[in-house]
Amino acid sequence: MVLRGGRILDPGSGIDAVGDLVLVGSRIAGVLANGGGGDPAVRRLAEGAPAISVSGLLVTPGFIDLHSHLREPGFEEKESIESGTRAGARGGFTTLCAMPNTSPTVDTRATVEYITRTAAARGAVRVLPIGTVSKGEEGQELTEMADLAEAGAVAFSDDGRPVASARLLRYALEYARMLDRPIVDHCEDASLSAGGLMHEGAVSARLGLKGNPAASEVIAVARGLALAELTGGRFHVGHLSTTGALDLVRRAKERGVPVTCEVTPHHLALTDEWVAGTVSDGRAYLRPPKGRRPFDPNTRVAPPLRTQDDVEALLDALAEGVVDAIATDHAPHTIVDKACEYGLAANGISGLETAAGVLLTLVNVGRVRLETVVALLTAGPARILAGDQGLEAKRLPAGLGSLRPGAPADVAVLDLRRQWVVEPQAFASRGRNTPLAGVPLVGRVVATIFGGDAVHWELETK
Amino acid sequence: MPERRHLLDLDDFSRADLETYLTTADAMQEILSRPIKRVPALRGMSVVNLFYEASTRTRVSFEIAAKNLSADVVNITASGSSVEKGESLLDTVATLEALGADIIVMRHSQSGAPYFVAERVRGHVVNAGDGWHAHPTQALLDLYTLRNRLGDLAGRKVVIVGDILHSRVARSNLWSLLLAGASVVLCGPPTLLPPALPEGWGRRVQVEYHLDRAIADADVVMALRLQKERQQGGLLPSVREYVRLYQVSAERLKRARPWVVVMHPGPMNEGVEIAPDVAHGPHAVIEEQVANGVAIRMATLFLLAGGEL
Repeated sequence: MVLRGGRILDPGSGIDAVGDLVLVGSRIAGVLANGGGGDPAVRRLAEGAPAISVSGLLVTPGFIDLHSHLREPGFEEKESIESGTRAGARGGFTTLCAMPNTSPTVDTRATVEYITRTAAARGAVRVLPIGTVSKGEEGQELTEMADLAEAGAVAFSDDGRPVASARLLRYALEYARMLDRPIVDHCEDASLSAGGLMHEGAVSARLGLKGNPAASEVIAVARGLALAELTGGRFHVGHLSTTGALDLVRRAKERGVPVTCEVTPHHLALTDEWVAGTVSDGRAYLRPPKGRRPFDPNTRVAPPLRTQDDVEALLDALAEGVVDAIATDHAPHTIVDKACEYGLAANGISGLETAAGVLLTLVNVGRVRLETVVALLTAGPARILAGDQGLEAKRLPAGLGSLRPGAPADVAVLDLRRQWVVEPQAFASRGRNTPLAGVPLVGRVVATIFGGDAVHWELETK
Repeated sequence: MPERRHLLDLDDFSRADLETYLTTADAMQEILSRPIKRVPALRGMSVVNLFYEASTRTRVSFEIAAKNLSADVVNITASGSSVEKGESLLDTVATLEALGADIIVMRHSQSGAPYFVAERVRGHVVNAGDGWHAHPTQALLDLYTLRNRLGDLAGRKVVIVGDILHSRVARSNLWSLLLAGASVVLCGPPTLLPPALPEGWGRRVQVEYHLDRAIADADVVMALRLQKERQQGGLLPSVREYVRLYQVSAERLKRARPWVVVMHPGPMNEGVEIAPDVAHGPHAVIEEQVANGVAIRMATLFLLAGGEL
């Protein structure tokens, strides 16, 4: 198959050119830039192959999400591997790293294999399991990380909650080091954030909702950085949301501490004012639709939506290179989990199907560069999966997250100018929980190819 | 004023809205002075008092107000209803809708709960107190009481003292007092009054941690109930220290204006946030607040039901 005449942007291999992307079977054959040249073998393959015009569209590697909650096994009413991967496909994601706070938690080889087997049978895209740090996420004993890694776990996390103690996190970092896999921490000081329903600040004070202060995240990130420095283990900050934590990560990186971090699209575009239903800050990039009432439980998420100052700091950090990946923290919930009092609602936003739209809207208003966003959805997370020993050492496909010849034929096609309105009822995800309902976005994923197969298709021809 | 379907908070009130409520309360007060305190304004309408939290004065006040307007009144409390069997707020409200409730008066421990309900009913919702967030009829009756005592509130100094952090009364009062032109000083221990708190009201509010300083030249002092649980929560070293620093006492009131008005939304912990002699002294208007509550709640129900004077 040939995707003809699009702008091909692959930060992983440094390609940004108008031309043809040639796929053969489940692999990338190569890129033929307009104006001739390129590998003659690829040119011969392209001749006679069925061609699809993507002229005027952007062609990138399929996105990698380091942080998805697919909820299976155990919470299939919220999401399944099948529905979650279809949501991923709609969002341009061809690789989803599945968080292990399922029921049972992903703390044995059997659960890891259940996920990979189910994904192979029913998944629309690739699923890479993340194992828990502690058995049952109970914060007591380490899991058999080597066994989990051998079965396919790409990282370890007790996400949903922080790694319970500094001691446990220290051992986890030390132990995972021999496996060259990161510990992903949900950074929160539980004693400070207990009962917190939203970011602590002027808005929480006005609404009378218990606050979760930024300091809670900053303290937990400081703990992880100190332990990464002590152990040399790879520490990955999940869903970083505060200016203070960002500053700590920046300084640690300057010292050579083995740390990486991710941010979510919602923390890059939404603020605590969304909980109040109206956004007054003039710098806001997105606003709730008129008539939105305060206390929308869909704005409840952990870590909470922060302030516009934090949003600006995170956006600056993208450009600066402090952030390693954009991850969705896709957290689908049922209507019952969310159609209730704010303080009783579950934390989380269903994010896979809006991530690209939100990010491209930020690109369209000129706040962040397209190249940066695409890199943080592809090459950035691929680098974290590869670690020091590379993708092959983890039995992951060579070239994952890029359009290099031989890489998996995982491709996203984006229409940067397409305007659309978020309609949760049309989601493939079972989780319709998003504060973005009714919000207009500019930029959309119009096709996704996984392993050479179209898994999402809104183009005229196929 | 544009027709208001629900009364959830005072944050969207204009001065004209406030005047409408106060003027209507005057008319209701006149009805209350009659030998037969009953008018047919809400005849045939049903008012449901949906109380998820214990309350005596607010619930009874709404009940009397609704009955004075000839509405049919049903009281539902969390205990002894299907709420105890685990029914969700969503289902409870759907049931009330199906039963034909015209006005739902609700008290709930979760901030924002009445907004959730308001979005899902055809009828009207009155917030009778939600979590730490709002208690609009309390703020209206406080304003009404002050207006009767002091006249125009422009330039008056109102001190609210106590547990501001957890107080829906303080939050709703901030909207109405500022709108009426008063200046507000919040006073309490820093753990119950974080410095960022007043920012929600646009920096027009002062914070003062020393009651003696706060109370100087005050026209109004409003004491808030101190929940004893705050000590267990680690927010206070002891009730004793709280009393020493923040009790509204006769000695402290000497620094206020001679005509100072002392208020309390009830229920009081006499001897904790307010000294007994002050609570029952010449400056206190605490029973007047309760009495005015009926007029304000009659006005609220009347206006929401589309009534005009």
